[in-house]
Amino acid sequence: MSTSSLAALRGKPWLWSFLAALLIWVATLVFTGGQGAGALLSGALAFSTFFAIVGIGQMFVISTGPGNIDLSIPANIALSGALGMKLMDGQDANIWLGVIGVLGIGVLVGCGNFALIRLLRIPPIIATLSASFILQSLAIAYGRSVRVPPPEGFYTFATGRVFGVPYLAIVVIAVAVLMGYVLTRTRYGRSVLAIGQNARAAELAGIRVGRMRFATYVLCAVFGSLCGLTLAGFSGGASLGMGEEYLLASIAVVVIGGTSVAGGFSNVPGIWGASLFLYLLVSMLNTFGASAGVRLILTGLIIIAVITAVSGRKNARA
Amino acid sequence: MNAPLNSVARAPVATRNNAARRARMLRAALPAVSLVVLLATIFIMQPRAMSYMGLNLMLNLAVPIALATIAQMLIISVNDLDLSMGSFISFVACVAVTLLDQHPFLGWLALAGCVGVYALLGALIHSRNLPSIVVTLGMSFIWVGGAILLLPSPGGTAPQWLQALVRIKPPLIPLAIIVCIVLGLAMHFFLMRSTVGVVLRGAGGNPLAIAKAGWSLLRIKVAMYAMAGGFGVLSGLFLVGLTTSADANVALRYTLLSIAGVILGGGEFVGGRVSPMGAVLGALTLVLAGSLLSFIRISPDWQIGAQGAILIFVLALRAAVNRLEVRPL
Repeated sequence: MSTSSLAALRGKPWLWSFLAALLIWVATLVFTGGQGAGALLSGALAFSTFFAIVGIGQMFVISTGPGNIDLSIPANIALSGALGMKLMDGQDANIWLGVIGVLGIGVLVGCGNFALIRLLRIPPIIATLSASFILQSLAIAYGRSVRVPPPEGFYTFATGRVFGVPYLAIVVIAVAVLMGYVLTRTRYGRSVLAIGQNARAAELAGIRVGRMRFATYVLCAVFGSLCGLTLAGFSGGASLGMGEEYLLASIAVVVIGGTSVAGGFSNVPGIWGASLFLYLLVSMLNTFGASAGVRLILTGLIIIAVITAVSGRKNARA
Repeated sequence: MNAPLNSVARAPVATRNNAARRARMLRAALPAVSLVVLLATIFIMQPRAMSYMGLNLMLNLAVPIALATIAQMLIISVNDLDLSMGSFISFVACVAVTLLDQHPFLGWLALAGCVGVYALLGALIHSRNLPSIVVTLGMSFIWVGGAILLLPSPGGTAPQWLQALVRIKPPLIPLAIIVCIVLGLAMHFFLMRSTVGVVLRGAGGNPLAIAKAGWSLLRIKVAMYAMAGGFGVLSGLFLVGLTTSADANVALRYTLLSIAGVILGGGEFVGGRVSPMGAVLGALTLVLAGSLLSFIRISPDWQIGAQGAILIFVLALRAAVNRLEVRPL
């Protein structure tokens, strides 16, 4: 293999995740004899959308340096879903109210997380963890009463497709393109990466480290909230355990997508590749007829294998 | 070394040392003080809790959490974090009510295997320099998957001897308290007072120095992870002894509780700064916070939130004490 193509591969760590997703898609199709190729892809796009949106938020947080992580995402999703559905109250006329309310919650959660980190000077892991305890209680207390179904219009939007591509996926792909631009081309994005590489140097270079981190935690919380809202719309109502799998998923897609866990080196396309990979992996194991237990074990093994392989690559580069 | 120099450079040396020492003592006392305040509040609200029976009821479920917290503390002291602790303990519980009950030999083998897996994890994380958060998140899938395979639906029976063991009623002091005290003291002397303990913590504080002094960081990590696995097994066994049956999700919340317990007890995420006594006290504080809320009849909805609030409160206190240490006046 020529060195130039190898170098190109190294410059685009996100290619791996798309390759892996493609490989799994093909493996599933080989097993089913080519049946349902389109349906599988369409389903993958629909479900990966939720992984992708929380993944993008988590990626920005992780980019700001070692130790930065948002563990409040699952509780945030549960609370936002419940709040959004209640505010909308099943009425199309109230959709705007739900969206604004959920955005507000996202901003509040982000501010709360950062306030804990900044004022109490506690590591982000424990700050977002304590915040998630409180959010979880709010979600339980608030969402306990009857399950409110989403308004017709919102449900149609959340589950609708054009040529097999879900509307939501189109929106989130657009969001990903936008955030990719923000990360690589804007002052904010460059600052985030600079802080992740060396916070001290970034500060000396005149970057307002505190403000940038603040913005990043708010961004991540808002994305988490939006995920909760759309997930509730997509699944016909909010439920308490709705966000549980998104803690692992949000971190896994960041890592599998080729973003450095130590911060400072990130890419947005990998989030989509990794999200598709995660969903296709589970559906492949389903197609192979694996039981729930086996499916979980294999998923775990593959995540560990991927992180081991990814870090091996990085060591080779260093 | 103890306090940043720039802010205190002008203070006379003696005053500075005294103030710093006082601040450090205050910080070390914080976990105990918060527990005492909590206990006193409970006793005032509900004097009947101040009996053998009452303490036993309140603190029984604290033992598995304290054991899980110690396990988490061992991982944290080498600068890692175990996000699979809860699912691991659930898995152990499932092994205990199935294999250990029906085929004791296989059961013990499986539990020994669990400790082996933890040792391997330590080796993998160290040798490939992997982020422990991601690896243990992956492991949490594996443990839950294994637990579901072993015990597809809630049930099973804990071995009789195990049930009898955790129900022992020693005279005067309830078993839970004795176990917690012994656990805290034993770990304190092992980790804080012994030579081995200093080396083990040093691997978190200054790995380079430890490596240069001729110790194998790999062996230290493997040892810490294996011990953490061992305490996780103990926690799972004690838990099923109390509950007598299990399910694949029985201890999932232990992951967060154990991390919170370590931090409440004065531990820090990096630098090998941990406190075994503090960790046990932290775990007890979290459990009692739950009891207090049920005594003041706050709906169980808010229990976990109140645990979060207590966590934030104690951390706020600690931040205040730390500021005192930096700028003693």
